[in-house]
Amino acid sequence: MAVRELTYVEALNEGIREEMRRDERVIVFGEEVAASGGVYKVTKDLLKEFGPRRVLDTPISEIAIVGAAIGAALNGLRPVAEIMFFDFVGIAFDQLVTHASKMRFMSGGQVKLPLVVRTQYSLGRAYGSQHTQFLAASFMQAPGLKIVAPATPKDAKGLIKSAIRDDDPVLFIESGALYVNRNYYGYRGPVPEEEYLIPIGKADVKREGDDVTVVAVSRVVSEAMVAAERLAENGVKAEVIDLRTIMPMDYQTIIQSVRKTNRLIVAEDSVKTGGLSAEVASHVCEYAFDYLEAPIIRLNSPPMPAPQSPELERRYMVTADKIVDAATRLVK
Amino acid sequence: MLRKMIEIRMFEERVLKLYREGFVQGPTHLYVGQEGVAVGVIEALEKDDVIISTYRGHGHGLARGVPMKSVLAEILGKAMGTCKGLGGSMHAPISAELGIPLATAIVGSGIPIAVGAALGFKYRGSRNVAAVFFGDGAVNTGAFHEALNLAAVWKLPVLFVCENNLYAMTTSIKSVFAGESIAARAAAYGIPSYVAHGSDVIEVYETTLKALEKIRAGNGPAFIECRTYRFVGHGAYDLGTGYRPREEIEEWLRRDPINMLAERMKSAGMLQDEDRKKIEEEVARQLDVIVEEVVKSPAYDYDKLPSLVYSNPV
Repeated sequence: MAVRELTYVEALNEGIREEMRRDERVIVFGEEVAASGGVYKVTKDLLKEFGPRRVLDTPISEIAIVGAAIGAALNGLRPVAEIMFFDFVGIAFDQLVTHASKMRFMSGGQVKLPLVVRTQYSLGRAYGSQHTQFLAASFMQAPGLKIVAPATPKDAKGLIKSAIRDDDPVLFIESGALYVNRNYYGYRGPVPEEEYLIPIGKADVKREGDDVTVVAVSRVVSEAMVAAERLAENGVKAEVIDLRTIMPMDYQTIIQSVRKTNRLIVAEDSVKTGGLSAEVASHVCEYAFDYLEAPIIRLNSPPMPAPQSPELERRYMVTADKIVDAATRLVK
Repeated sequence: MLRKMIEIRMFEERVLKLYREGFVQGPTHLYVGQEGVAVGVIEALEKDDVIISTYRGHGHGLARGVPMKSVLAEILGKAMGTCKGLGGSMHAPISAELGIPLATAIVGSGIPIAVGAALGFKYRGSRNVAAVFFGDGAVNTGAFHEALNLAAVWKLPVLFVCENNLYAMTTSIKSVFAGESIAARAAAYGIPSYVAHGSDVIEVYETTLKALEKIRAGNGPAFIECRTYRFVGHGAYDLGTGYRPREEIEEWLRRDPINMLAERMKSAGMLQDEDRKKIEEEVARQLDVIVEEVVKSPAYDYDKLPSLVYSNPV
């Protein structure tokens, strides 16, 4: 298979573009997505190729953006709506959680909602308390919603394509750090030339190892890959699992790995209290307790808002250093 | 239209009776008194227009032709209900087949969804319209303002129908509404807006036709404020008295939408007293049969519920 290198942003753009070419019902709207091509250029040049009928700028109206996506999905379209920062999805919580996720169920299966809400969180970019938060765990309380968070260009492209083709509402979480920070493993990477899809609901073993399992997602996969490399230099073989889909979660892949390594670190960008790592850890305790040889370690942000100061933010975040430390402690 | 209004009235009275007898549980918001709005608006719509309804939506469903049996079964939480009993009263009018994909239980939230449905119509170049019902309480939500603005900016075929029954639960509109009128708010977004007397079904119907003509000409949305009144409480638990002056209630009872139309038809020689009585007897008999069947029918299979969460369970 022919492969070239693309950035995370380019891969997303290509994925959306291919789906728009493939299916006339796919439309894109949100703040700044059309004329300017998106604040982070994920929707760059879509207006040029597809015109103002299919690529639309909206007012700053998050409720109406998600609401309109629901209505459009009910009426034959496959909208891809963008909410500029994950924090702003809170404004449209009612539409996404109380409407989109429940409408299929509460109508007795009468309606389907093929819509994607794309958003990104910017932890790692010094954006301060209100433009930073990885809120995935909050939306795990909304069965009916699918939640996807790619960590590499290849997965980003394959997953956005699957999300657009999916008949259920998908909350598609991108990482602002992976948009802009060249040092990240997930910033740029190999992407096949040929068309491919990455299935929703499947985790991916990004690196194999027998000593310790590191479950990560989105930005933190990049940290985990660096950590695994360093651990290998010290003779510790870490297995890195990228969740890719947060809901419905691929518990099977996690448990399979824990059976092999008997040690688990869950590293991700939620605030620790009630975060995504709490779900993973408790699931493993409930269903694979006997395979654990040491307590699970959860690496998260502490239960406080993100500080803006880049120096303090670095300490607040999960980093490769913290993963190396935790793994070293676990295998001792 | 007369028959439809009588059906809604008698249906709702039966629901209230079943509620008091304990057959109906959970929130149940009745449409008694507002029949002129649902019937007037929906009669004017076309079959393939879309309707977004609310938690006070039994009347919208019946006016659209959703069978009384399916709506009642939904209200009682039965498998033969419109939503297999998973929605209940607040979602009972949902019928994808008849163009009601949503009845929302959240005040104001259906309005932006109707805007999206209208985007679907405009995208396909269809002349259809998305009509959305909401109450006077909804006009103070952010969703209302965001949706009106977006519909106007994108020139979408939305018919906004505000059923202004003067009270959001027990709170009078006078104490929570700023500005001249609800219709004036729509006008502020450059949306053509109309006021209709909700008890006069003919006036509602004709106003709707006027608004639809504007919308179907491709000029964007239109707005109708229907002034109406609940003859009952906010929910079936509420008697509707106490917070509403007795004179006000009596005044509105004198403008009963069913009586108003019946009187008008009588003076035009189109209706005799016996005709109305005959309709009422027929509907009562129909309801007797339906109630008996629905009450005895089973709830949906609990074990099948997980399969309804996602379209393709992983």
